[in-house]
Amino acid sequence: MSVAAEEVSWMDRNGLQRLIELLADEGHEVIGPRIDQGAIIYDSIRHVDELPRGWTEDSQPGTYRIQPRNDQEHFGFNVGPHSWKKYLFAPLTTVMRSRKTDQGWVMDSPQPELRRFAFLGVRACELAAIAVQDKVFMGAGTMDPEYQLRRSHLFIIAVQCTQAASTCFCTSMGTGPECHAGFDLALTEIEHGFLVVVGSDHGRRVMQSIDTRPASVDEITDGVRRRQRAVNQITRRLETDGIRDRLLSKLNHPQWDDVASRCLSCANCTMVCPTCFCHSVDEVHDLTNEEILRNRRWDSCFNVDFSHVAGGSVRDTTRSRYRQWLTHKLATWIDQFGSSGCVGCGRCITWCPVGIDLTHEVAMLCAEDAS
Amino acid sequence: MIKAMSKPKLAVVKFASCDGCQLTLLDAEDELLAIADAVHIAHFAEASSTLEPGPYDVTLVEGSITTQEDLERLLRLRADSRFLVTIGACATAGGVQALRNFADHDEFLKAVYAHPEYIHSLRTSTPISDHVPVDFELRGCPIDKHQLIEVLSSLIAGHRPRTSSECVCQPCKRRGTVCVVVAQGIACLGPVTQAGCGSICPAYDRGCYGCFGPSRQPNAMALSEGILQGASDRQQLANLLSNFNVAAPAFSAESQRLWQLSSRRSSK
Repeated sequence: MSVAAEEVSWMDRNGLQRLIELLADEGHEVIGPRIDQGAIIYDSIRHVDELPRGWTEDSQPGTYRIQPRNDQEHFGFNVGPHSWKKYLFAPLTTVMRSRKTDQGWVMDSPQPELRRFAFLGVRACELAAIAVQDKVFMGAGTMDPEYQLRRSHLFIIAVQCTQAASTCFCTSMGTGPECHAGFDLALTEIEHGFLVVVGSDHGRRVMQSIDTRPASVDEITDGVRRRQRAVNQITRRLETDGIRDRLLSKLNHPQWDDVASRCLSCANCTMVCPTCFCHSVDEVHDLTNEEILRNRRWDSCFNVDFSHVAGGSVRDTTRSRYRQWLTHKLATWIDQFGSSGCVGCGRCITWCPVGIDLTHEVAMLCAEDAS
Repeated sequence: MIKAMSKPKLAVVKFASCDGCQLTLLDAEDELLAIADAVHIAHFAEASSTLEPGPYDVTLVEGSITTQEDLERLLRLRADSRFLVTIGACATAGGVQALRNFADHDEFLKAVYAHPEYIHSLRTSTPISDHVPVDFELRGCPIDKHQLIEVLSSLIAGHRPRTSSECVCQPCKRRGTVCVVVAQGIACLGPVTQAGCGSICPAYDRGCYGCFGPSRQPNAMALSEGILQGASDRQQLANLLSNFNVAAPAFSAESQRLWQLSSRRSSK
C-alpha cells in the first residue's frame, strides 16, 4: 500500500525515546522487545537502549538462536518466544473468591485489574492475532472483563517487518508482513531513523509532542523497498485455498498417525501461539476450607485432562489431540469466528522442541489434492 | 465419593528414602499451624518421638521397598490405614536407588560393604504400589509443598486431590521462561515430565531432571529422536532419564533403549 508523502513523518532515535517517555507519563506500561534468556522477549521498556539493537535471530523448526547483526537496527528481527497475549489474556487470573463468614458464604469477583499497556514493536501477524483474540474475548456473549478493560486502554506501536524468518508464512495467511490498520502508530525503521504513520487520534496527539519532519520521497521509497524485502524473504507456504473442506475431508488420513509418533503432546505450540485461548478454571481452597479461589490458567487441547468428562477423556491419544488442534486452528475456527485461527507467525514451528511444522503436515495431508 | 473428615488421624511413615519429602511437611512453615489444627498428627517420627499406634485415617508413605522386613511392615501399615498416599519418587517409582534394578546387586554389595554377608536387601527397589493398593500418588523429588497441602486439604474436605497431569512445559511457558531446548540446545525432560515443581530448572538455564516422573502418555522416544544431535547427547539424555525416576516404566524403557544404542555404536 502506498502512502501519500505528507502522511509519513520521520523521527530519529531521540524521538522514539521521547515517545516511550510520553506514553509512560500518560500512565502506560511500555512493553517492548529486549534480550533475556538467550532470546528476544517482550518485557517492560523504559529506554531505547534496552531494545535489542544490533541483534537478530535465526528461527528454524525446533531451533532458535539470537545473533549479532552487522548493523545497528533496533528492530532487525521477527518474532520470539513471547507474544502479546500474556498481557491481555494473563496466564493466571483469579476470577472468583468465596469466603466463609458468620453470615454464610460471601462470593465476589475481584475487580478486573486495569493495566494500561503500550506495546512497542507489534508486527503485522501480531496485530492479526490480537484481532483474532478480540473476537474470542470480546465477542457477543463472551465478553471477558479483564481482556476488554486492558484492550480498550491499549496503545499499539506497530513495527513494519523489513526482513523475514525462515519460519514466517504471513503472506499465505493474508496477515502481513505489512501493517495496514489496527495500530496507533506504525514505524518503519530506515537508516538513521524511523518513518512514522499515524493510525489513530491518540497516536496523532502523542506525535504532536515529538520532534518530527515530513519524510522525504527518498526516505519513503527506502521504506517501501525495505518492506518489500520482507515479502521477498518469505519462503514458507501454506495453501489456504479451500483449506477448511480439504482438512475436514482428511480426518482418517495416515499422516495423523505419522505426526502423532513425533509429537510430544507437550503443548508448547499452543502456549506460544498468539491466538490459542484455551484455559481451565480450577478451584483452590485453603486447609480450613474457608477461603476458595477460582483461578483461570492457560490450558491446552494437548492435555489429556483437557477433554476429560464423565467417563474419561474424549481425546485420549496424541493423534486425536494433534488432529483437533490443527483442524480447529485452520478449519473449524473459520466456522466459529469467521477467520482462520492461524496468522502465520511461525512460533509453533520454531518452539516445538522436536520441530514439527504445521505447513509440512498440511502439505502431507493434502498432497493428493494437488495431483 | 470420599466422606469429609472432622480431624483425621495422620501418620507419616518412611521406607528406603532420604527423608526429604517428609521434610516438605515441616518446611510448610506458613501452613504448619493450620495443618496441626486440621489434622491430628499421630505418628511422625521426624517431628515427634511420641508415636501413636494405628489405625490411621491418612498415612503418608515415603520411600521404596528394598528389604523383606520393610515389605512386611508395609503390609501391616496398609491394613492400618484408611487412605494411603505415597509421597515422592522413591515411593511412587522406586527412587534413585532403583538404579540397582538395572545392575548386579551383588557387585554393588561387594563394592560398598566390607562384610556384604550382613546385608539382607532385596535385588530391586520397588514402588509402594507394586505391593499394596495406593489411594493417591504424589510425585516429586522432593514433593511440592503446595501439592501436599492440596492433598491434605482435599482429603479433609472429602474429595479427590486435584493435581495437574500436564507436563513441565506448560507452567514453564506460563511463567515466561524461554525454552532451553529450542533457544540453547540443552537436553531437557520437560516435555515428558509431569508438572508440579513450578518448572524451576529451565528458569535457571538447566534442563528438567524429570523429578516428578513421566507425564501422562509421555512420548520419550520422540523427545530423544527429535532433540538428539549425536552420541554425547544420547548419553546425556539417558543419564537424565536414569535419575530419581529411573524405574518409572516410560523412563526406563527409553533410557535402556538409549544405553543399548550407545553401546552398540561404541562397540563398532
